[in-house]
Amino acid sequence: MAIIDCPEEIPCNPCETICPSGAIKVGQPITNIPLLDEEKCTGCGRCLPICPGLAISILNYRFRKDEAALTVPYELLPLPEPGETVMAVDRQGRQLTEGKIVRLIAPEKNQQTALVTFSFPRKFYRKVCYFKRKRNHTP
Amino acid sequence: MEKKVEVLIVGAGPAGLSAAIEVARGGARVLVVDENGVAGGQLFKQIHRFFGSRDHSAGVRGFEIGTRLLRECENAGVEIMLNSVVWGLFPDMTAGVVFFNKHNVAVRAERIILSCGASENTLNFPGWTLPGVMGAGAAQTMMNIHRVLPGKEAIMVGSGNVGLIVGYQLIQAGCQVKAVLEILPEVGGYKVHANKLARLGVEILTSWTVVEARGREKVEEVVISRVDSKLQPMAGSKRTISADLVCMAVGLSPLAELAWMAGCRFGYFPLLGGFVPLHGANLETTLPGIYVAGDISGIEEASTAMEEGKLAAVSVLESLKRISPAEAAGRRKVISQSLVSLRRGPYGDFRQKEKERIFREFEKVKEGSGGYH
Repeated sequence: MAIIDCPEEIPCNPCETICPSGAIKVGQPITNIPLLDEEKCTGCGRCLPICPGLAISILNYRFRKDEAALTVPYELLPLPEPGETVMAVDRQGRQLTEGKIVRLIAPEKNQQTALVTFSFPRKFYRKVCYFKRKRNHTP
Repeated sequence: MEKKVEVLIVGAGPAGLSAAIEVARGGARVLVVDENGVAGGQLFKQIHRFFGSRDHSAGVRGFEIGTRLLRECENAGVEIMLNSVVWGLFPDMTAGVVFFNKHNVAVRAERIILSCGASENTLNFPGWTLPGVMGAGAAQTMMNIHRVLPGKEAIMVGSGNVGLIVGYQLIQAGCQVKAVLEILPEVGGYKVHANKLARLGVEILTSWTVVEARGREKVEEVVISRVDSKLQPMAGSKRTISADLVCMAVGLSPLAELAWMAGCRFGYFPLLGGFVPLHGANLETTLPGIYVAGDISGIEEASTAMEEGKLAAVSVLESLKRISPAEAAGRRKVISQSLVSLRRGPYGDFRQKEKERIFREFEKVKEGSGGYH
């Protein structure tokens, strides 16, 4: 299911336009805050790369036994690799726990926005919002 | 030498190009002049996706919008002269232009659209002339156009959208952003942009500012300070951070020299960047035949600049009798609605109000009072 962290009235609605299930509603005026219909959201992830604020992620609460997974848009190079151990972080970038990269959709498929899925212990699912690589990503 | 054109557009950024496409499609002969070697204004360094609706190319990266505009210009038969400086504008609708850094030509136009854009504001503090202190836009040009990393450890001064976006792009380019400083108690730009930096661990320090940059031949360390409610540095709150880059994202000012020189009346609108040539809702200035679009008419963003370019073009086409008043009114209504939708919410309402204030001041001048020369 998509999680939309878009708390301000800014004039923007590509998430609504691209959603194939009609699950995201912005309406008129386009400064409305997007509302997600959780019944309709299939977790397809089409809204992730189109969001200019990189503000949408997909939470898979039941990824594995005791593990959740989060898919996030990622625009830093080099890209992480599946199997890599990363730090799962909160909104302030503080490490909460360790996570593991489980899937990567290449940036070429979404006009240079990669989609990265990482898993982590489920009990942290309310706070985890992104990941940081253990290695510095400075080229 | 003399040259005659129907419509002269000064500046090939998002506003100027959008205007040129519409004017050319309307059948008028249009010449766009720009002092830079490449058209597109600041679009080609905007590697992030734009906000807005589908009509505003939302979700598309800035440089891709630039490519689209250039393609449309080509298809519409727009003539663009690059490396050419408009150095003066005279009362008889004549522009002094140095073409290709060589040929000085007096260009006489029936209509002129000024879409000159804006320049970055700077801050003055001890050490601000050291190499490594620059505008955030300059850093962005170095990284995204010239592929040169302006520094390894950066301090960003200003947390408006420019500061937040360029701060993120510095990280994308491989620079470490040590802190974003905001002199006001609140972050200035979109929360979604601030969140992108925060979750990468970048501190955004509100009520802090830069007080000094130190170094022998270039910036080596930066002194920052907390500020009080009067925005003055507080004693005993200084911190020294090692950094080799200080980026200033402290606002923009309209590049309105040509409008001053021509004799347009001005008003002072600090929320839109300072002195702005007064203009009506159709973007005509107080001098008949001279129009403004984009940041010169008040600092906003590329999406509004493109809409304003179209709006100025419709007014020009109407005044040249290329389209009927009824068609012009219809098209103006659509564009104005689009502009109103972009000027909504906590980041838009004040711009809408200020624009309306500009229109009112313009009407006063038309009735014979007000405005600065």
